[in-house]
Amino acid sequence: MPNLSYVRALNRALSAEMERDPAVCVFGEDIGIAVSNVTTGLLKRFGPERVIDMPISEQAFTSFATGAAIAGSRPVVEFQIPALLFLVFEQIANQAHKFSLMTGGQVKVPVTYLLPSSGSRVGWAGQHSDHPYSLFAHVGVKTVVPATPTDAYGLLVSAIRDDDPVIVFGPAGAVARRENVDFDALAPVPLGVARVHRPGTDVTVVAVGHLVHDALAVADELAGTVSVEVFDPRTLYPFDWAALAASLERTGRLVVVDDSNRTCGIGGEILATAAEEMHLIAPPKRVTRPDGAVLPFARELDLALQPARGQLRAAIETVAKGR
Amino acid sequence: MAELPRGGNPPQPPAVSAGLYRTVRLIRRFEQRAIEMVRSGVIPGGIHPYIGEEAIAAGVCAALRADDVITSTHRGHGHVLAKGADPVRVLAELAGRETGLNSGRGGSMHAADVSAGIYGANAIVGASAAIACGAAWSHRRAGHDRVAVTFFGDGAVNQGVLLEALNLASLRRLPVLFVCENNQFATSMRVRDTTSGTITGRAGAFGIPAQTIDGMDAETVLAAASRAVARARAGGGPAFLECLTYRFEPHHTWEYTVRPRYRTDEEVAAGSARDPVEIQAARVPEAVRSRIDEEIEELLDRARLFAEASPEPDPSGALDYLYAGGLRGRGGTA
Repeated sequence: MPNLSYVRALNRALSAEMERDPAVCVFGEDIGIAVSNVTTGLLKRFGPERVIDMPISEQAFTSFATGAAIAGSRPVVEFQIPALLFLVFEQIANQAHKFSLMTGGQVKVPVTYLLPSSGSRVGWAGQHSDHPYSLFAHVGVKTVVPATPTDAYGLLVSAIRDDDPVIVFGPAGAVARRENVDFDALAPVPLGVARVHRPGTDVTVVAVGHLVHDALAVADELAGTVSVEVFDPRTLYPFDWAALAASLERTGRLVVVDDSNRTCGIGGEILATAAEEMHLIAPPKRVTRPDGAVLPFARELDLALQPARGQLRAAIETVAKGR
Repeated sequence: MAELPRGGNPPQPPAVSAGLYRTVRLIRRFEQRAIEMVRSGVIPGGIHPYIGEEAIAAGVCAALRADDVITSTHRGHGHVLAKGADPVRVLAELAGRETGLNSGRGGSMHAADVSAGIYGANAIVGASAAIACGAAWSHRRAGHDRVAVTFFGDGAVNQGVLLEALNLASLRRLPVLFVCENNQFATSMRVRDTTSGTITGRAGAFGIPAQTIDGMDAETVLAAASRAVARARAGGGPAFLECLTYRFEPHHTWEYTVRPRYRTDEEVAAGSARDPVEIQAARVPEAVRSRIDEEIEELLDRARLFAEASPEPDPSGALDYLYAGGLRGRGGTA
């Protein structure tokens, strides 16, 4: 079995940064026993003054992190449930994110918000299945969605070292992934730099998070008929527009697969920017959750609202023929 | 539950009384002049005047060291001035000038001066209490004995995040002083129409010792705050002061034009009968007061001239400071 899991990569990044910088600390719920497995071993190694199990007071401990950051700490705040971000939207979007500007640059707020399992886990129903990365990109919070263990490690390290608030979404659909890596070669991945997982010449598929793996599978299926370039932005804000423009210079055709609700999802922004500024020889398409989706409980209904490989394949085939 | 150390209201040395008088008088005159500058259009957006509540900021901040920290509210000028921000730069900030405390990026509701321990005024009611708790925790972890004070109004005591912050502060025995400025009104809503139970009872529920004190008397506030701060600094944990006061002026200067009626003129007159500036003035010899008054007028004249003469920010810098790391997103027309 490959030696590095996605969850272990996040754990290694946390340990390495806590080891490197005493200012780094971790707040969250049930992190002492590491319910998400991301904080395994940290309490024992770094003690209860740096690994703080918080009461179920998400709003207070999110702003507690802001205050700690203003005063010199570098907190990582873990949320096990993505919908908790709606509860703390005030504390992130309206407090942490705004302090630098509102104080005229006197204050920096180096907090990392870590979602080790965002998006549908299938069967977790309406209030545990959101994947709200587009909201944070819209607000302007630095937003990363790593697709692989290596990127999860490298992007979390960069998030912790960044002087601004950064939110890291580990997609539920990617956390089971494993990779064979040389641990000594694990390194920070800079924010704002995309990664082309598979070069191609006919259609650029921008895939977010776990959908990178679906895009790679569909690209395999289509090999021989359509040459698909799989483009992983890795960071949604700031987005690597230059890399996307370079990809579209090669292909001129664009499909985005994005696990957001359709209206105002990041997929819409990517299509709009490509249409305004980049080389397109055919109308682009996006595959998303439906407008205003609330994921229903039943497995069939949950899956019916998530972007699916069949939908992606159909979109690629349409765009490949378009003119 | 632990009790806050009690104690009377010992007579303060003349220099302390004079210092408190200077602070309450400075805040009063600063606010009166700021209201004029709102009316003349120099200050955009309006302000939430602190007039009537000056004794609380003066008394609490006089109990603090320079390296202690505060978080403040939408009605924050008094706290910021009492904690030691330069009035000249505060007024320039209100006028939205590049020379302002926050380079014109924060204005009345977000004044901050980290070098003076002012970790920001906050425009969301009750929002800064948890920020103060985190700051107190971080300072303690760094080995300092710095205390954090969070100011908030009576309206904030029904805000969930503030109640969560009380729990966190008590749970982790943080050196935080919660200062509730009970001016009787949450905008137009009376305390009795918004608040069940008691305000100090909320602190008590979390095991935080609380006292209700006369928030019109700066020396009473100083005495109570000094005891609570000393206890917190020594590791005794958080404390809560409910300071009874009255807002002499509108919630916000827009009321001068809109004229909402939620309290009668008679009621305002009765509420303003005890004036914190007059109470403190009575303790200071007239000769000392005159000198302080003159000095304040001279300072505020200078502040107004400085604000008016200061350059307005260059629109090309509207996104400066958005990211500490200097990131620039795309413009609105790309």
